[in-house]
Amino acid sequence: MLKQMEGSRAVAEAIALCRPEVICAYPISPQTHIVEALGEMVKEETLTECEFINVESEFAAMSVAIGSSAGGARSYTATASQGLLFMVEAVYNASGLGLPIVMTVANRAIGAPINIWNDHSDSLSQRDCGWIQLFAETNQEALDLHIQAFKLAEELSMPVMVCMDGFILTHAYERVDMPTQAQVDAFLPPYEPRQVLDTNEPVSIGAMVGPEAFMEVRYLAHAKQLQALERIPQLATEFQTVFGRESGGLIHTYQTEDAETIVIAMGSVLGTIKDTVDVMREAGHKIGVLGITSYRPFPLTAVAAALKNCKRFVVLEKSLAVGIGGIVATDVRMAVTGMGLKGFTVVAGLGGRAITMKSLKALFEKAMREELELVTFLDLDWKAVNKQLDREKAHRRSGPVAEALLRDVGVVGARNY
Amino acid sequence: MEKPFAITLNPGSSLANHTGSWRTVRPEYVSRLPPCNAACPAGENIQGWLFHAESGDYEQAWRALTENNPLPAIMGRVCYHPCENGCNRQYVDASVGINSVERFLGDEAIKRGWKFATQAPISGKRVLVVGSGPAGLSAAYHLTRLGHQAVIYEAAELAGGMMRFGIPKYRLPREVLDAEIQRLVDFGVELHLQTKVTNILDTLKKGFDAVFLGVGAHIAKRAYIPAGDANKVLDAVSVLHNMEDASAPMLGRKVVVYGGGNTAIDVARTAKRLGAEEAIIVYRRTRDKMPAHDFEVEEALQEGISIKWLSTIKEAGESDIMIEKMALDENGFPQPTGEFERIEADSVVLALGQDTDLSLLDNVPGLIVDKGLIQVDKGMMTGHPGVFAGGDMANNERTVTVAVGHGKKAARAIDAWLRGETYAPPPKHEIATFERMNPWYYSDAPKTMRPVLDIIRRQSTFDEVLGGLDESNAQFEARRCMSCGNCFECDNCYGVCPDNAVIKLGPGKGFKFNYDYCKGCGMCVAECPCGAIRTVPEEN
Amino acid sequence: MSFQPVKFYQTGTFTVGNRLLPPEERSVQASGKRFNSINSGHRACQGCGEALGARYAIDAAMEATDSQLIAANATGCLEVFSTPYPETSWQIPWIHSLFGNAAAVATGIAAAMKVKRAKGKVGDVRVVAQGGDGGTTDIGFGCLSGMFERNDDVLYICYDNGGYMNTGVQRSSATPAAARTATTPAVGHDPGNVFGQGKFLPAIAMAHDIPYVATATVADLRDLEAKVRRAMEFRGARYIHILVPCPLGWGTPSHDTIKMARLAKETGIFPVFEAEHGEVKSVLAIRRPLPVEEYLRPQKRFAHLFGKSPAVATIARIQALADKNIRKYRLQARQESH
Ligand SMILES: Cc1cc2nc3c(=O)[nH]c(=O)nc-3n(C[C@H](O)[C@H](O)[C@H](O)COP(=O)(O)OP(=O)(O)OC[C@H]3O[C@@H](n4cnc5c(N)ncnc54)[C@H](O)[C@@H]3O)c2cc1C
Ligand SMILES: Cc1ncc(C[n+]2csc(CCOP(=O)(O)OP(=O)(O)O)c2C)c(N)n1
Ligand code: SF4
Ligand code: SF4
Ligand SMILES: [Mg+2]
Repeated sequence: MLKQMEGSRAVAEAIALCRPEVICAYPISPQTHIVEALGEMVKEETLTECEFINVESEFAAMSVAIGSSAGGARSYTATASQGLLFMVEAVYNASGLGLPIVMTVANRAIGAPINIWNDHSDSLSQRDCGWIQLFAETNQEALDLHIQAFKLAEELSMPVMVCMDGFILTHAYERVDMPTQAQVDAFLPPYEPRQVLDTNEPVSIGAMVGPEAFMEVRYLAHAKQLQALERIPQLATEFQTVFGRESGGLIHTYQTEDAETIVIAMGSVLGTIKDTVDVMREAGHKIGVLGITSYRPFPLTAVAAALKNCKRFVVLEKSLAVGIGGIVATDVRMAVTGMGLKGFTVVAGLGGRAITMKSLKALFEKAMREELELVTFLDLDWKAVNKQLDREKAHRRSGPVAEALLRDVGVVGARNY
Repeated sequence: MEKPFAITLNPGSSLANHTGSWRTVRPEYVSRLPPCNAACPAGENIQGWLFHAESGDYEQAWRALTENNPLPAIMGRVCYHPCENGCNRQYVDASVGINSVERFLGDEAIKRGWKFATQAPISGKRVLVVGSGPAGLSAAYHLTRLGHQAVIYEAAELAGGMMRFGIPKYRLPREVLDAEIQRLVDFGVELHLQTKVTNILDTLKKGFDAVFLGVGAHIAKRAYIPAGDANKVLDAVSVLHNMEDASAPMLGRKVVVYGGGNTAIDVARTAKRLGAEEAIIVYRRTRDKMPAHDFEVEEALQEGISIKWLSTIKEAGESDIMIEKMALDENGFPQPTGEFERIEADSVVLALGQDTDLSLLDNVPGLIVDKGLIQVDKGMMTGHPGVFAGGDMANNERTVTVAVGHGKKAARAIDAWLRGETYAPPPKHEIATFERMNPWYYSDAPKTMRPVLDIIRRQSTFDEVLGGLDESNAQFEARRCMSCGNCFECDNCYGVCPDNAVIKLGPGKGFKFNYDYCKGCGMCVAECPCGAIRTVPEEN
Repeated sequence: MSFQPVKFYQTGTFTVGNRLLPPEERSVQASGKRFNSINSGHRACQGCGEALGARYAIDAAMEATDSQLIAANATGCLEVFSTPYPETSWQIPWIHSLFGNAAAVATGIAAAMKVKRAKGKVGDVRVVAQGGDGGTTDIGFGCLSGMFERNDDVLYICYDNGGYMNTGVQRSSATPAAARTATTPAVGHDPGNVFGQGKFLPAIAMAHDIPYVATATVADLRDLEAKVRRAMEFRGARYIHILVPCPLGWGTPSHDTIKMARLAKETGIFPVFEAEHGEVKSVLAIRRPLPVEEYLRPQKRFAHLFGKSPAVATIARIQALADKNIRKYRLQARQESH
C-alpha cells in the first residue's frame, strides 16, 4: 500500500510488521520518532505480544536486547551517535554471543562538538564490532531493509544494524509502499533461535574463552559475515519475489557499464550524486555511481566487479578517519588492489554540512581531470580553518575551537538535542 | 540445541575438572569420646542414647542405655551424675540434664514393660555373684548378656544391697528398685536370697566357673564417744537398714547426726520424716569441705535440718551432748578450740563410713587387701585367679554408678577369662573437648528443672522428693545434647562445602568426602558443630 | 508439683539440616537431592564465600520456582570461576554478558519470558541476576537502578565480598573503610580505604520502594533461604545483598569464611534485615554481641590497625559505624519476656 509518511514512521510500521517481541530504547535524536511510534503502537495495542521497555541508557537498551534475544524473543532497538557509543561494550557483546538483534542507527555525527546532524561517523566507528551494517538509500529501502534484516540476522545468528541518515531520511516525508502483514509473514518466519535460555535444556551462554579457542571464535564470526555476503543478494531476490520490488543486496550500480569515473557512496547522498551524474551524463561525461548497501560484510568482489571497467573512482564518504582520511575509501582500495585504478577520497557532509549538486559537479569534473588531491574535504571553509590555525599559533590559550569557529562563521540557532 | 563454539557450554560440565588436586590437607570424619561418656563410671554411651531420645524413640534410647547399665530408673534417681559435670553444654548455658532423661527412660521402660533381649549364645558357664547390690546386679546382667548363667547369692532377705538398705525411699522408691531387679530375674539371672556365702572357695566348688564378689561395705565405723546411756548412740547403717524392717527405729524428738557424708544427710532427713522436731548434723569442718553433695545439703536445709559446722561431739549425756568448737588450721584441718557447748539430744546417730566384711575370703590365697579394700587388676580380678570383685569393697568412691561400672567391666573380663583370654578394653577415642566444637549452631535452651515435692510433704512423708520429667520435658532436655564428637547428621559439612564435595549417604549413614573435588578448604571442619571432622595433611 | 513451661527447641536449629524437623521444614541445602546449581569442579579459591553463597541462593531459588529459573551473571569471580571454556559449573540456563549490565540483561530475559508465556510457549519462568559488589554497587549501578525503578520482574542478588576480587582485590564502593586493597594500600597517613560516605546498596534499593529488599550472609543459611523464598513470592524488582567473605581478599584462612560472615553480623558491621516496599520488616538480631575488633583482627586487610601500636581511633570509628547500624536497624537482641 502506497503511503505518504515520515521515514521514521515507515520504519516503525515495518518493524511492527516483523512481529518484534521485545523493543527497548533510549531516546536520542534523530532516532526518537521511530521508537516513539513503536511505543505508541504497543501502548494502544496495535502491536501486541510485544514488550516495550523504556530503559535508562543505551547501554541498558542493548543489554536488555541481549537478554531478550538470548531468551528467544525477536528483539529490536534503535539509537544514534552518542547513544551508539554509549552502548559499544554491549554492541560487541551482542555479536560476540551471536544474538540476532536488529538495531536501527539513525546516523548522526559524534561530538564533541556535540552535533545532532547527519553523517556516518557513528556506525562507522563500529566497523569492527561484528555486526552486519546495511545502509539505506531511501526511506523505502530503509523500510525494506529492516524486514530483510530480521531474516538475515536470525538465519545467521548475528546482529544487524540498519543505518539510515538522520533527519535526511528519518524526518523526511516521502511516499513509501508499505507491505501487508501477510507479505511480511510470508517472507519472515517466526524466530527460531540457534541457542536459547531454556529451562528444559539448560546451557551456559557467555563462557570465558582463553587463547586456546579465542582465535577460532573470532574467525567463526568472520566466516559468518562471509556467509552473509552470499545470503544478502539471495535475500534481496527472495524479497523481490514476495514484495515485487528491488531492495537491499550488496551494492547498487548506476550508469557504470561504460563509466570511466565511478563515484562510490553510501546512504541518501546517493540520490544527489545520481542527480549530478544525470546532469553530467547529459553533458557527455562517462560517469557512474556505485552505492554500497552492505558496508559490513564489505562486498570486495562485487565492488571490484563494478569497478573493473572504469579508470578512476571517487569515494565520497560522510566520515573521517582522523589522521588518514577516508574510512570507506580504505575498504574500496582493498577491493581494487592490483587493478591499477586511480582513487580519490572525498570527505563530505560531516555534521550535516549540505552536499550540493553544484559542489559535487565541480568535484567530479576535477576528479575526471585527475586534479583532485588524494583526500579532499568538500566545501571546507578554509578561511575559518586557517584563521583558527593562525590564532592557535599566536596564542597559547586560544580558547575552545568550536566556539571560536562559530563566532567566525556566524552560524545562528545551533540547537542541542 | 546446536551450540555456538566455545561461548556456549553444556550444563554442569565442570565435573571434568578435578579440583581435588589442589588439596594440601584433607578432612576426615572421626568419632571422639564425649566428655559425658568419659565421665560416666558405668561407661554409658550417653550421647548415643540421647540421640535416640531426641527423636522420641525412647525404647531405642533405653536399649542403647542399657547396653551398659541395666538400672536406668535407679540411676536416674541416685546417681550423682558426674557426666553432667563433664558435659560440654555447661560452657554454653548449663549441662544437659542427662540424669533426668535417664530417669525418664527408666520409668518409661517400667511403665511400658520393656524387657532385655538376649544377645549371645548360651555358653554353658555358671558364674557365681556374691551380693545383689548394684555391683552384683550389673555383673550378673552383663554375664547374662554374654551368654553365661549368672547366679546371685545374697545374704539379705531382699535384693539391692545399699540401694535398699541405705538409700532412703524418698530418694529411691522401692517399686522402682523392685521393678529393675525383677527385670533382671526375668532376663535369666538366678537370684538366691538369704544365702550368705561364708567361704568363697567352698561355694565355688558347687559348679561355678568363676566368681564375682560385690559384698559392699556394711560394717559401720565407730568413733569413741564417752556416753552415759549407750543405747542412745546408734549407727547410720543400722538405722537406715531398720527402716526397711517393720520396726522403725525410735530416735526421739531431738536427733543429732554425726558426720558429713551423704549418709549423714540421709539419716537426718529420715529422722525428720520419722517425726523428730529437730534433726541436727554435727560436722567437724566447713560446708565447702563436706563430702556430701551440695544439692543434698541444700535439700536437707530446706527441710529444716540444721547443721553445726566446725564441731565435734565430746560426750553424749542422758538428754544432751557436748560439742566442741573447731577451727581450721592453715592446712584446712580442724583443730579443737577448747570452746564447748551442750545441745539437747534424744539420740546420736553416727554416720562415719563403713568397712567391708571380708570374712568370706579368709584362707583364699593370693588376695591383697589394702586399707580394707580388696585389690583388683584392670579386669577387676583379685590376686586369686577366677575371683573377681568390685563395688564398695574394691574402691573408695562408693557410688551405685561405680559399682555398676565395676560389674560390667568384671563381667567382660570374666567372659574373656572363661575363654582363656585376657580382656582388653577397646582403645578410647580422644575426648571431644569443647575447643573442638563450634557451639554457635546450638540454639539457646536453658536446662529443664525437675519438679520438686512441696515442703510439707517432704518433712512428713517418705514420698519421692524429686519428680521426673514428662515426655516433652525429657525430649527437650535430650535435645539440648550437642552430640559432642559424634556426627549427628546436622548436614553442616554437606551444606557448607563450597565445592559440593560432601556426599550425603542417607539417614543413619552419615557422609563421605568426594576427594575428587574437595579442595581442602577446611570449612566443614570449622563448621562441624560437634567436632566430628579433623584435618590431616595430604601426603604428596 | 511445680511445672516448668517448655520452649520448643531443636538440637542445632542453626545447622544446615536437622533430622528432627519434618522434611518440608528442612533447608534446601540439607536435601540429598538439592540442585547443586553450581556443580563441583568450579575454580573458585578454597573456601570461597561467593561460590557457597551463590549455590545457597540459586538452589533456594530453584526450589522456590520449581526449577523454572534463568540466571544472568555479571563479570567477576563468580562468572570466571564457574564458566571457563570448555567447562561450566552451572546446571541452570545461565548467561554472562558484561560486567555492568546483569540487571538489564535480566530485564530482557524477563521480558522475553513474559511474551513467550503469553504465547503459551513457556511456563512461569523467573529470572535472577547476580553480580559481585563491584558489578552491583559500581559499574552495574545504573542498570540496576533502572531495573528497580521500572519494577521489572527480576531478583537481583549481589554477592558482596567487599572489593574487585577477580581483578586482584581492588577497592570497590563496597570496600569497608580502612581495609587494605591493591588500590588502597596500607601506607601513608590513613592506611587502607578512606572513610567515605559509604554506599549501602540495600538502603538505596529500599529508596526505590521495590517490593522486597533483604540482606543475608553465608553464615545464616536458613535466613538466606527464607529470604530467597520470600523474594520469589513477589512479582517485580527484588534485591538480596549477601555478604560473602573472600579468603583471598580479606586475608583470612579458607576455613574461616563462614565464621567471618558470622562475626560481621554479630558485631553489627553488616546488618541483616529484610524490607518490603521500602520498609524494614524484620531484622536478624545479634545473638552474641561482640566488639568490631573481633571481626577486624583476624583479617589481614585490617592488619595495619593492630600490631605494635594499634590504631585505636580508627577502630573506634569502625565501632561507631557498627553501633550506628545496631541503632538504625535495631539489631540488639530483645530480651525475651517470660
Ligand atoms: C545411706 C546411703 C546413701 C547412699 N546414697 C547413694 C546415692 O545416692 N548414690 C550413690 O551412687 N550411692 C549412694 N550410696 C552408696 C551406694 O549405695 C553404694 O556405693 C553401693 O550400693 C555399693 O554397691 P555394692 O554392690 O558394692 O554393695 P552393696 O550395695 O552394699 O551390696 C552388697 C550386697 O552384698 C550382700 N552381701 C554382703 N556380704 C555377703 C555375703 N557374704 N554373702 C552374700 N551376700 C552378701 C549385702 O547384703 C548386699 O546386698 C549410698 C550409701 C548409703 C549408705
Ligand atoms: C567494563 C569492565 N570494566 C572492568 C572490568 C574488569 N573486571 C572484571 S571483574 C572485575 C571485578 C569484579 O568485582 P566484583 O563485581 O566485586 O566481583 P568479585 O570478583 O569480587 O566477585 C573487574 C574490575 C571488566 N570486565 N569490564
Ligand atoms: S552435650 Fe551431650 S554429648 Fe556433650 S557432654 Fe553433654 S550430654 Fe554429653
Ligand atoms: S578471589 Fe575471593 S571471591 Fe574470588 S574466587 Fe577467590 S575467594 Fe572467591
Ligand atoms: Mg567483589
